[in-house]
Amino acid sequence: MHKDNTKLTEEIIRASGVNPKKCMKCGKCSATCPAYDEMEYHPHQFVYMVESGDIEPLMNSKSLYMCLSCFACIDRCPRGVEPAKLVEAVRLSVIRQQGKNHMTADDVPAKLSEDLPQQAIVSAFRKYTK
Amino acid sequence: MKVSYFPGCTLKTKAKDLDMYAHKCAEALGVSLEEIDNWQCCGGVFNTARNEVANKLSSVRALKFAKSKEQPLVSVCSACHNVLKQTNHAMQTDSAFASKVNLYMAEETNYDGSTEVYHYLEMLRDLVGFDAIKEKVVNPLKGKRIAAYYGCLLLRPNSVMQMDDPENPQIFEDLIRALGAEPVIYAMRNECCGGYVTMENPEFASKKSKAITDNASSFGADMIVTACPLCKYNLEKNGNSIPVVYFTELLAEALGVKEDAQNA
Ligand code: SF4
Ligand code: SF4
Repeated sequence: MHKDNTKLTEEIIRASGVNPKKCMKCGKCSATCPAYDEMEYHPHQFVYMVESGDIEPLMNSKSLYMCLSCFACIDRCPRGVEPAKLVEAVRLSVIRQQGKNHMTADDVPAKLSEDLPQQAIVSAFRKYTK
Repeated sequence: MKVSYFPGCTLKTKAKDLDMYAHKCAEALGVSLEEIDNWQCCGGVFNTARNEVANKLSSVRALKFAKSKEQPLVSVCSACHNVLKQTNHAMQTDSAFASKVNLYMAEETNYDGSTEVYHYLEMLRDLVGFDAIKEKVVNPLKGKRIAAYYGCLLLRPNSVMQMDDPENPQIFEDLIRALGAEPVIYAMRNECCGGYVTMENPEFASKKSKAITDNASSFGADMIVTACPLCKYNLEKNGNSIPVVYFTELLAEALGVKEDAQNA
């Protein structure tokens, strides 16, 4: 059993606006996810793990940083569950903690390449850093 | 016709071409793009959390500015458009979020989400009209087989973006036809190029982009067109060697203003 995460779970559900109970566990979100191979927990697992309050493994997972925000799982879910919004809310619950940014300004120079558009840097910052 | 124009950070730096051709073509089509005063970066990706407020204020300010001029708000970059449109939608539909935003900006007037937000492609289709464009083509792109790459951000989430059928879009192909070229429909035109994760995990982005370019080539395309600087970067850096060009450049070529734009 995992520890009582009721408050955190409620916060994630509220921030995301997602109702995990609508999920019928068809797996279509994960089947369409372009980051599937890079993820340890997949979009449908975010849905049922948040529903059952099993948040910690998600918070420690690299899946949070592999999601491309492509919104494919949002559009293609037959039940309108919008799993990416849970991925976002769990990621925020991590990076909002002090010292938990996934990328800092000091990390950026090493990741630059000559033609990399500014858009990539600001987008990565928005997803990885608070 | 006058519209408010949000260029975005990348169109002023690495994607100057996209911006320059957008201006030239608009001029040729009788549209004046009036750049928003003091616009700030949209942040590149929309944060879907309802309690993330501060990072959406720059978009709200741009939307408000257009509203104050009673103009639609137009942008060219798919990512800017996505963020502006999703922010606008949140202002329309999420009253708790909207009241927080308006509190943040207490010194200014409230904003209610009533600005019309257009991607440049939608401006061409809905405000100018593809037929009108076709008439202005002086240099038809005959014999070119062009694969439109939509990626994610133009189309999704469809409930908000409402640009086209998200699984079988045609706006880009209709433009390509209006310019006298032949559109190539291929399976991966609305799959993700790897986006910003190219910074975190370039190998992963490279796999995604390679699959897309290979797919376009296998359907016989000579080139790919896109509206997004990050898609262009990923597809060019990691794809096969198929050329990837901005749609505004093709439009400029067909309208006969490409050299003009380059000398401007
Ligand atoms: S938004 Fe994220 S989780 Fe959803 S399909 Fe895209 S990459 Fe996968
Ligand atoms: S696609 Fe929707 S209903 Fe199906 S498993 Fe994913 S979240 Fe659940």
